[in-house]
Amino acid sequence: MDYFLQQLINGLTLGSVYGLIAIGYTMVYGIIGMINFAHGDVFMLSAFIAVIIFLMITSLFGGLAIALALVLVLIIAMVLTALWSWAIERVAYRPLRGSFRLAPLISAIGMSIFLVNFVQLVQGPRNKSIPPIIDGSFVIPVDGGNITLAYKQILIIVTTAVLLAAFWFVVQKTALGRAQRACEQDRKMAALLGIDVDRTISLTFVMGAALAAVAGTLFMVQYGVVNFADGFVPGIKAFTAAVLGGIGSLPGAVIGGLLIGLIEVFWSAYFSIDYKDVAAFSILAITLIFMPSGILGKPDVEKV
Amino acid sequence: MAEAEAKRVASDERAAFDWLGALRDAGFLGLLTLGLSFPIIAFRTRQDLWQGLVLDPRWELVTVLVAIAFTARFCWLVFGNRLAGGVQSLAERVGSTLSPLKSYTATFRLVGLAWLIAYPFLAVLFAGPGGALKWIDNFGIQILIYVMLGWGLNIVVGLAGLLDLGYVAFYAVGAYSTALLSTYFGFSFWLCLPLAGIFAALWGILLGFPVLRLRGDYLAIVTLAFGEIIRLVLINWVELTNGAAGISGIPRPTFFGLPFNASDEGFAAFFGLQFTPLHRLFFLFYLILLLALLTNWVTIRLRRLPIGRAWEALREDEIACRSLGIDTVTTKLTAFSIGAMFGGIAGAFFAARLGFISPKSFEFMESAVILSIVVLGGMGSQIGVAIAAVVMIGGTEMLRELVWLKAIFGAGFDPTQYRMLLFGMAMVAMMVWRPRGLISKREPSIVLHEKRAIGGELVKEGQG
Repeated sequence: MDYFLQQLINGLTLGSVYGLIAIGYTMVYGIIGMINFAHGDVFMLSAFIAVIIFLMITSLFGGLAIALALVLVLIIAMVLTALWSWAIERVAYRPLRGSFRLAPLISAIGMSIFLVNFVQLVQGPRNKSIPPIIDGSFVIPVDGGNITLAYKQILIIVTTAVLLAAFWFVVQKTALGRAQRACEQDRKMAALLGIDVDRTISLTFVMGAALAAVAGTLFMVQYGVVNFADGFVPGIKAFTAAVLGGIGSLPGAVIGGLLIGLIEVFWSAYFSIDYKDVAAFSILAITLIFMPSGILGKPDVEKV
Repeated sequence: MAEAEAKRVASDERAAFDWLGALRDAGFLGLLTLGLSFPIIAFRTRQDLWQGLVLDPRWELVTVLVAIAFTARFCWLVFGNRLAGGVQSLAERVGSTLSPLKSYTATFRLVGLAWLIAYPFLAVLFAGPGGALKWIDNFGIQILIYVMLGWGLNIVVGLAGLLDLGYVAFYAVGAYSTALLSTYFGFSFWLCLPLAGIFAALWGILLGFPVLRLRGDYLAIVTLAFGEIIRLVLINWVELTNGAAGISGIPRPTFFGLPFNASDEGFAAFFGLQFTPLHRLFFLFYLILLLALLTNWVTIRLRRLPIGRAWEALREDEIACRSLGIDTVTTKLTAFSIGAMFGGIAGAFFAARLGFISPKSFEFMESAVILSIVVLGGMGSQIGVAIAAVVMIGGTEMLRELVWLKAIFGAGFDPTQYRMLLFGMAMVAMMVWRPRGLISKREPSIVLHEKRAIGGELVKEGQG
């Protein structure tokens, strides 16, 4: 029982990170129908930015409370990653509106390759590890044993929940959110009604990247190690989460993320850790083949 | 009249040039560059043994980058119009001089072929027997492998319009079936070669059957997933594949039973020649040339058959195909498995060429490289793919040769590090500027009344 609960907590923590990245995929897919292949690498970039900013803050103001430092890191990383994503959209995706269907995907693959190699080039190929930022944990006795709930796990789950609530508010209640949903339904009609479609799409990329930066910062807090190649596999898993939850659906992305996190952790705990990525990739394939609209997604209607 | 008008417009433009606006625009780009490079370029993280991770500031580099961005943008705004006009007229002039060449395609093909056949001899002639090793192996054989892979993937991506991000999986299947069959059962290379193709084609059918109902971009992601699954299984199934350590001691190909070694039964002794490692390289070069040309020939022939025409129709409009009664699943499956077969054959050659394979050679990046060759070559164009492979793989090898750059950028400068960076940038640039590739004009395979060129400007595909 205690083992099961422990894995449940670990799975939810991991799932929160996947869910945050998955939102970036699902929003972009919802609005322009494109798989933003470079999103996983944007996440990796944000983790690097977070590590560097964290080191800067701790070396500049050594005595700063760790909580304040983390809030600063989070905000700066969100802003800078959003800037990157804005620039990427401007350079690599916006000129391709109205090109043939696979063009944006190929461009995104190119961007992904560029980002991986760019980070490798400017930061070097080795792992970058920092000492644990938040130590300590609650130990809760359960019948027959203990489960540990690390403070950082609480931080990750709470941060994810708070930011998702804020994000949900933006999408549901603000003018920007209405514009986004309008573009999602019918871009041409939205443009006719005076919505600046290009700006809305840019902001969608910016929002997705900001959430990826949250994921990147939490990734740094949880693991304390970043590497230039860390974007690919989490990116694919987050995409799997988005597909599993129903691509285009925001709650679906979160549910999918949590599910993928749980499946991965339980698979490693009860079956084989070697094949955990195989499990994730298989879920992706199986979902796409048998249930392409996912759990909460709308079925894809093909119009001629 | 029109000329005078254009001149007047141009002079008006010059008079009304918005210097302040240009400055503002360039300043914005400079600031953006600063923002983008602020932490990630400005500070390099370094693992220090005592203090953990430390930051090395590199503000000079950021300053240079910002200055370059600002100046380049400003110059572009000031001189860009004239430059763009110049480039366009130059391109038109080059195009008009080249267009009569089209009637010499057959001659061109013959010359190209003759050059390829003479290539190893030329290498020996100009670089000497020692220097030729590099030119035949690193340039010749390496490029031809990618030409073959590019042509194989071109059937899937270029002709049938299915984006396959896991093509390297079939390359791996071919390589591993050769390695396993020859090390476990002692099969010779010549037996493994067709078997590898058959196995890869079977895998193509096996994987393709469930996924080919999916739409373009979903299909791409699923093929990526399958590619990764195959690689992960190769790493983790240690009992069969020896895991990440790979399989070594794969027998080398023989010349009708004559091995390329210094022994008395060897190729050199049989023909009474002095033994040199060049014999094997010559043999491998002609072998891969033959295999690549076979791929090309099969593709060209298939394009004339109903199935090939169905592929191209499918690429242009799937819905129209379905309403015309083309069985899309079978059509896709044939393209997928034939492409896979050539990938498998190339894999068999790869395994036998080095005598050693490991899962490291079959990573996603390899798929991305092959795909970018096809994309840059202009999806569907055979000669374009070959040119792209020469430029990209040859270019990478050339980067290795650029040692003199070290004199400019310092001893730590390694040009090969920029290889994949440039690949990525080229893919993006290609999609933005020439989405149909370098050779974007294609002759239709089949015509009704008269031949009309089809190209990116004329066809807008995949809008449905």
